[in-house]
Amino acid sequence: MIATARPQSTSHRPVVAAERFAPIPSSRLARVELRKMFDTRSGLWLMVALVATAVVATVAVIAFAPQDALTFDTFGAAIGIPMSVLLPVLAIMSVSSEFSQRTALATFTLIPSRHRLTLVKFGVVLAVGVASILVAVSVAAGGNVLGAMIRGIDPVWNLSLQSIGQIVLGQVLGMAFGFMCGVLFRNSPAAIVSYFVGYFVLAGLGDVLAALQPWFEDVRGWVDFNYVQAQLFGDTMTSEFWLQLAVTSAVWIVLPLAVGVRRLLSAEVH
Amino acid sequence: MIHTEQLSKRYGDVDAVANVSFRAEPGRVTGFLGPNGAGKSTTLRMIVGLTQPTSGRATIDGRRFADMPNPGREVGVLLDASAQHVGRTGREILTLASQTMGLERRRVAEALDLVGLSEKESRRMVRHYSLGMRQRLGLAAAIIGQPRTLILDEPANGLDPAGIRWMRDLLRSYADDGMTVLLSSHLLAEIEVIADDIVVIGHGRIVANGTKQDLLASSGTLVRSHQIDALHDALVAENLVTKPASQAAGSWGVIPGLHVDASPEQVGALAFSAGIPLSELRPNDGAGLEDMFLELTADTSRDNININGVAA
Repeated sequence: MIATARPQSTSHRPVVAAERFAPIPSSRLARVELRKMFDTRSGLWLMVALVATAVVATVAVIAFAPQDALTFDTFGAAIGIPMSVLLPVLAIMSVSSEFSQRTALATFTLIPSRHRLTLVKFGVVLAVGVASILVAVSVAAGGNVLGAMIRGIDPVWNLSLQSIGQIVLGQVLGMAFGFMCGVLFRNSPAAIVSYFVGYFVLAGLGDVLAALQPWFEDVRGWVDFNYVQAQLFGDTMTSEFWLQLAVTSAVWIVLPLAVGVRRLLSAEVH
Repeated sequence: MIHTEQLSKRYGDVDAVANVSFRAEPGRVTGFLGPNGAGKSTTLRMIVGLTQPTSGRATIDGRRFADMPNPGREVGVLLDASAQHVGRTGREILTLASQTMGLERRRVAEALDLVGLSEKESRRMVRHYSLGMRQRLGLAAAIIGQPRTLILDEPANGLDPAGIRWMRDLLRSYADDGMTVLLSSHLLAEIEVIADDIVVIGHGRIVANGTKQDLLASSGTLVRSHQIDALHDALVAENLVTKPASQAAGSWGVIPGLHVDASPEQVGALAFSAGIPLSELRPNDGAGLEDMFLELTADTSRDNININGVAA
């Protein structure tokens, strides 16, 4: 090894004494994370798709729904269901794209606490879920009034506040499920596929299994997350149902999310 | 100042980085030189907290990177210019960085200006950027927070000669302003033109560390002769330390040479009294560093570099 003495620093314009910088407030991080969900080309197109389906759905209900189905509930479902399918993809990508697109390298050097960053991202994802339903409900209300005017009938307000609350909860759970997939796989294609498999393929399998095996029908409420979550959009509310919702959410969302976060905190970022 | 103390990283049985200790001083550009796979990136990643060291520690101005409340304001980091979302515009990437750090909006335009990206280029998606443009964008993201320390991994990659010169001048001006600049490269020539201090790493270990002047200095003598064995014996008889030099192809074929820890006068006098004809006698031109670097790269290099007549 060659080692030589090194002269003292020879800067002719001395550096000012170390400044103390204020910590980054979480509200600022949340704003940036929200922006990151929509500022990419894929994020932008997903938004365009959401708005387009909302408009198409509203027009379709006005044009094609029979008179007695022209209700707040119908509009809400037509606008809200595409959102509940598509928005979790944003939740997935808020985590997975950091790894698939390798932006985590820059993100983690600006915010070294992955723990905090993950928490902020989760909060933003859930807030987007709540906001999306509020938007859907507002658009549905507008569609309902407009549709009633065009058809010359009184608007039917058949969606209770409690139902809206349940729909919000359903959407939040969907976003959490998507977020969990993103955290667990840290890879956009794998996470998106797992999300759709979880939501659609498993739901179909659950139906088939329940039809063929009576014993599954009995335990389904305790194991089939899709089945339980779908109840939120109906109105059969029992204490047993809430318990089932808690159990299936714990097993299908909280547990894998905990595993995924644990791995994410120590993952090598390349 | 960047300070690493006995920084080590093991992956399974492999020591990716072993006991790396060095300082990068403010007001100086420190070049971190090593062949690909020597552990440069792993060391830099440990300094900025992306990789957990197995042992040892790294501090910047006395603090661990992870303990900084707003690290972007204190340390500008560019580890991989390609690690950007290709679906974002360059301007958007800088806007996100500036908002995270809590900077004024005008810093985005200033940073773009500093790295020579035009307004029009900044509104293009990164997927349409050349590697050189990505390097400039990455550098803009590193300096946007006006940090006092810069850590850059292979920043000259993908830059054309004019770009390398521009980067050299920029980093020089930052160092002259008192900033600490640490950059890595696998090219000795690149480091030679930019750095004040050089830290050479090979196989995860530091093999040389000092000022560029000292490391490249004419310490000792280079001597060539067709009677190299007789010369070697004569030098050793006088207790002079010798090291084989790389071979030079002269007009009469390959002439073997030696690096000697002595002045050219001493070596010349000794050869004269021993009656050995010399074909070359001059002060070392820093070939020591170059030879060492070639040896380091030899086992990973595809070119079968022939050093001292021994197949590498």
